Amino acid sequence: MAASILAVDDSASMRQMVSFTLKGAGYDVVEAADGVEALHLAKGRSVNLVITDVNMPKMDGIALIRELRALPSYKFTPLLMLTTESGAEKKQVGKAVGATGWIVKPFNPDQLLNTVKKVLGR
Amino acid sequence: MSIDMAQFHQVFFEESLEGLDIMEGGLLDMDPGAVDSEEINAIFRAAHSIKGGSGTFGFTEVADFTHVMETLLDEMRDGRRQVTAEATEALLKSVDVLREMLVASRDGGVLDDVRVKDQHTALERILSGEADSQPGERAADASPRAGPTAEPVGWRIVFRPHAHLMRTGNDPLRIIRELASLGPLRADCDLSELPSLAEIEPEDSFLSWALHLGEAVDRAAIDDIFEWVEDDCDFAVVPVLPDGPVESSSAEVAVSDDADATQSLPEAVEPPQERRAGLDRREGRDRRKPAAAGGGSSGSIRVDIQKIDSLINRVGELVITQSMLGMLGDDFDMSRLERLREGLGQLERHTRELQESVMQIRMVPISFSFSRFPRLVHDLSGKLGKKIELRMSGENTEVDKTVIEKIGDPLVHLVRNSLDHGIEGPEERLAAGKPETGTVALGASHRGGNIVIEIRDDGRGLPRDRILNKAIERGLVREDDNLSDQDVYDLIFQPGFSTAEQVSDVSGRGVGMDVVRRNINELGGAVEIDSTPGQGSAIVIRLPLTLAILDGQTVSVGDEIYIVPLVSIVESIQIDRSMLGTVAGRGETFRLREEYLPIVRLHEVFGIERPRAAQLTDGILVVVEGEGRRCGLFVDDLLGQQQVVIKSLETNYGRVDGISGATILGDGAVALILDIPGLMRLAKQQPGRGARPMAMTA
Repeated sequence: MAASILAVDDSASMRQMVSFTLKGAGYDVVEAADGVEALHLAKGRSVNLVITDVNMPKMDGIALIRELRALPSYKFTPLLMLTTESGAEKKQVGKAVGATGWIVKPFNPDQLLNTVKKVLGR
Repeated sequence: MSIDMAQFHQVFFEESLEGLDIMEGGLLDMDPGAVDSEEINAIFRAAHSIKGGSGTFGFTEVADFTHVMETLLDEMRDGRRQVTAEATEALLKSVDVLREMLVASRDGGVLDDVRVKDQHTALERILSGEADSQPGERAADASPRAGPTAEPVGWRIVFRPHAHLMRTGNDPLRIIRELASLGPLRADCDLSELPSLAEIEPEDSFLSWALHLGEAVDRAAIDDIFEWVEDDCDFAVVPVLPDGPVESSSAEVAVSDDADATQSLPEAVEPPQERRAGLDRREGRDRRKPAAAGGGSSGSIRVDIQKIDSLINRVGELVITQSMLGMLGDDFDMSRLERLREGLGQLERHTRELQESVMQIRMVPISFSFSRFPRLVHDLSGKLGKKIELRMSGENTEVDKTVIEKIGDPLVHLVRNSLDHGIEGPEERLAAGKPETGTVALGASHRGGNIVIEIRDDGRGLPRDRILNKAIERGLVREDDNLSDQDVYDLIFQPGFSTAEQVSDVSGRGVGMDVVRRNINELGGAVEIDSTPGQGSAIVIRLPLTLAILDGQTVSVGDEIYIVPLVSIVESIQIDRSMLGTVAGRGETFRLREEYLPIVRLHEVFGIERPRAAQLTDGILVVVEGEGRRCGLFVDDLLGQQQVVIKSLETNYGRVDGISGATILGDGAVALILDIPGLMRLAKQQPGRGARPMAMTA
């Protein structure tokens, strides 16, 4: 079965790009527009990888990662955040709440796929 | 894998332009000194998304420009920087520039580079104003990379994960596998830390590795692999030089900012994010593609998923009903007539629901139109030297997209008028005992089947005498006409009527209130004005919810059938002689509960030869209301109520006064839809009508 990835971003274009790229590579992708929606989705099904934007309304990426990491079923799940080059301290904050790593914006589809392959090992 | 990024451009432009509106709105609401953190967060997020998207989709200039804005906003958000009026103003201007940049990228237009550069510099200046906290030495890109003096032939890596590493979602095995992808790797596992089985914590990592990579890769490639875990493990990377490895004294690698650390033990010198920035910027340039030509002109609409879902549901129901009816038709006999009726009833219901759902798709919140006003008011009040507060309500009221598009300009005109002529200057207000700051309230709401948009101000009100004098001067009315206040105010909608003593560059733009009324009437709406001297005026615009469908009353006059919009109908009555009368100068009237209303004979207005009801008592009076006035529409008979699909008369034939459109009835005949306000004006103008003695009192 294809690995499933939850893509979270409040920007529709980024979400589409991520989703399109990953689907094109054969992954199963679910999308969410903010942390609240993502958390709800993640609780309702199992996901092999979460890629989330940091700055989002309602619940930001940091809070989402903290919430997810606290769930038993997401204890070891890779949780990646999408961040910008200026977000050095954001990376630290993200790590502190349990993020696995990050993808630096801007990125292109190839970079995204390489990272996802690396994390999922497939 | 090659993915055509251009396919995401349109969505990117749409959401970025929306983001700019959010930024603009937020900035205008922002009160220097007292900043709402959620508000500034929303502004920041919008900037952040635009930056992220523009970088990703290859609009490097946009990304660079937004970056400066974002930095400024970020500092404001964190409280590191005061929100000053100056900074807000600069950000607002930047929003404008950014909008131009985006539009230019979208449409392939020419961009005023100088303006962009100036604004960029202006932002940088604000940033550097007190910004010793800002790392000015961003030029780290150019600084020579600290590296070993001799070329290494391979690397020795010590990797000791901390106990919790797995719980960050990272996996030592994955890291080792990645290292192995760089070249031949020898891994020696160190089990010495492994506790006894009784003490082992299965979710912790206890192993560490000594790795030997036999490939002269760039040090950065190795650092990249460890980037995510550098705080979750101890690791050391030592180059294997041709004459043997340099020994590392410690497995810990201190992260140093010392840029000229050129000793043989290379350390993680650069903060990784700077290196990444450099890399990505280069790639960003390579990836750049010309913007999709003409991408902006294709009108698209963003629809809530729920609306689509409901639409799909309806279609599903319809398909079920259709197949049910199909089966019924296969072997039909009269015993199943009841089921056929039932099925047809269902079909009707589902069709209506489907129609409603489809209409819903065209409905967008009126905030799309309202959103430009905060900026307009902000800019204009500055220009006019007035203090004005804009209050908006009902921004989420949904209106047909066409209405949104067409109502924009009339609204702007009306709001400008309020600001320019309505609201007084601060001194005048204070002298009149009013608060110094004037208020303009813009509101939208659903009322019945209509959308009502109101523009209220607490200004000086309409100058009744001046309007009247001017109208007399222009021969629009006579001095002895004895007009009501309402009639006088209505005069401003006459073509070429402008009361401003001096045409200012704010509202005197040659577009008069007559154009405003015409635009609104074209939308099937009406505009009314109300004013109290010294206290302000209110303009109320009524618009139909949708332009495509209308609830109508079919009426017959002679052989013709007309549709009267249901929303215009107050009631329908049969009258007797005692109700009839004439009022000087107003022609035929009838009395309806202590009110005398004029009678409009439809067959006379439209010149229909043989009305079935020649006498007023034979037919029906449909009491209709339009633009605040009422009249009785004399028709032969009422036929029925039905929803009609509006077909434009203008595009198919031409504009006809008193008619707003046409429709096709169930039997295929064409029926005209009455434009009630237009009809009343038409009846008023018809020669002889007002003076005609009452010949038909039967």
